[in-house]
Amino acid sequence: MLVDIQNLKIGFKSRTGFHQAVKGVSLKLGTEKLGIVGESGSGKSLTARALMKLLPTQTVIEADKLEFDGIDIRSASEKQMRTIRGKRAGFILQDPKYSLNPVKTIGSQVAEAWRTHKGGSKRAALEAAINLLEQVKIRDPRKVAASYPHEVSGGMGQRVMIAMMLAPDPELLIADEPTSALDATVQAEILRLIEELVSERGMGLLLISHDLPLVSHFCDRVAVMYAGHVMEELKASDLLSAQHPYTRGLLNCMPSLMHPKERLPVLTRDPEWLK
Amino acid sequence: MTIEIDNLRISFGDKQVVKGVSFNVARGASFGIVGESGSGKSTVLRAMAGLNNDWSGRIAFSGEDAPLFRPPAFFRKVQMVFQDPYGSLHPRQTIDRILSELPLVHGMDNIDDRIAKVLSAVALPQTARFRYPHQLSGGQRQRVAIARALIAEPEVLLLDEPTSALDVSVQAEILNLLADLRAERNLTYVMVSHNLSVITHLCTEVGVMIDGHMVEQVTAEDLRLGNVNHAHTRELRSLSVELEEPA
Repeated sequence: MLVDIQNLKIGFKSRTGFHQAVKGVSLKLGTEKLGIVGESGSGKSLTARALMKLLPTQTVIEADKLEFDGIDIRSASEKQMRTIRGKRAGFILQDPKYSLNPVKTIGSQVAEAWRTHKGGSKRAALEAAINLLEQVKIRDPRKVAASYPHEVSGGMGQRVMIAMMLAPDPELLIADEPTSALDATVQAEILRLIEELVSERGMGLLLISHDLPLVSHFCDRVAVMYAGHVMEELKASDLLSAQHPYTRGLLNCMPSLMHPKERLPVLTRDPEWLK
Repeated sequence: MTIEIDNLRISFGDKQVVKGVSFNVARGASFGIVGESGSGKSTVLRAMAGLNNDWSGRIAFSGEDAPLFRPPAFFRKVQMVFQDPYGSLHPRQTIDRILSELPLVHGMDNIDDRIAKVLSAVALPQTARFRYPHQLSGGQRQRVAIARALIAEPEVLLLDEPTSALDVSVQAEILNLLADLRAERNLTYVMVSHNLSVITHLCTEVGVMIDGHMVEQVTAEDLRLGNVNHAHTRELRSLSVELEEPA
């Protein structure tokens, strides 16, 4: 098991009290594609960040089990985490605009990721970076390597982020809304690219998204989260015919091109779901 | 209010981003513009709203050409709602202050009454009136943005991706609200979005933009049936249909 999370609870202390954001989440992930879907505030990103120990220090994290490949994340030191983050588990974030350094060329940033984990000379790293850019299907990798983040499009930026994550050959890829800032056509290309790389390299993938149809097409398994709980876990291909009223509610309230609705049904939230 | 756009061209410096766009919208109708980022769809909308003075061609409301610099009365008739409710509301003004700005500028009377009415029109509780934007949820903030447009009692609403920053559950509420308001007040909508299902839900006619050109105008019905001519329309349609079908 690459990832084993049991009964994870995440809370925040604030001036006025204590807020529990994630309330007992259990997930397992092997070399497969697991999707986490849910509305904003359901705790899906927090769960992924807790796994990489990327939450601020005042966060209260409790779990019966929180393991990455048998390593207990709860007691792992910062030094141990550094051998996991990036090296063994890559993290792709939503918006390349905010995740790339605006004053360094793309090539030097990808080369830095390579050198941090693999060592070697600067020149060798830059060559490796160009090779990686080629792997994420950038047509003119040398030219892109020499440009700055603001000179490339959003889709290109996201490819660069993926190239950076691939540098140390990670076993797990965590993608937090990797395509929600991109156009539909570019989104399809980026997802196809992630899918190819994941199956070629035999990685595990944790895809966090709010887009249910997208996850159902792309992943093997899906966990549906609501208000810090996992509502249900099911095969991704069964997602569009899910039975849980929350999942059904989310699916129903989407407008559809092929099946027009006079009026969109509104999601009614049932307190029973959280029991 | 009918809207006529004829051969609209817009440049930023030397770069032309809208290259001769023409379309008409009948009174009380709703017209959608889809396209990818950079296709010029929002730029068209901003020029219509009078937020960009560097255009050529013809923009006419009710048969009257809109002047390059719009008179104040224009903004009573045409209002715009922006994409990001987090960015489009002043963070240090209360909802009351935000909503009273336009009536004050236009010297409207009974401001107190108008605000109370417009809040209930967008289904916000009266208690929201003295809150700050950060105290409201994303959906509530977008309701405030719609209320701010409605308080002018406009005839045309220009909607720039009004739901793309929202969860689907909240998106459904906002789309229903927009549909109700249009029916109640006989508003004319021009909406920009990259999401075909959202646009066909609210609009009966759709213009497809790519690289500054409006390459095709189809009815929502034809789009649904696949009676489209341009390759880009077909591509956008098939991506949207593919996702809707079970895997």
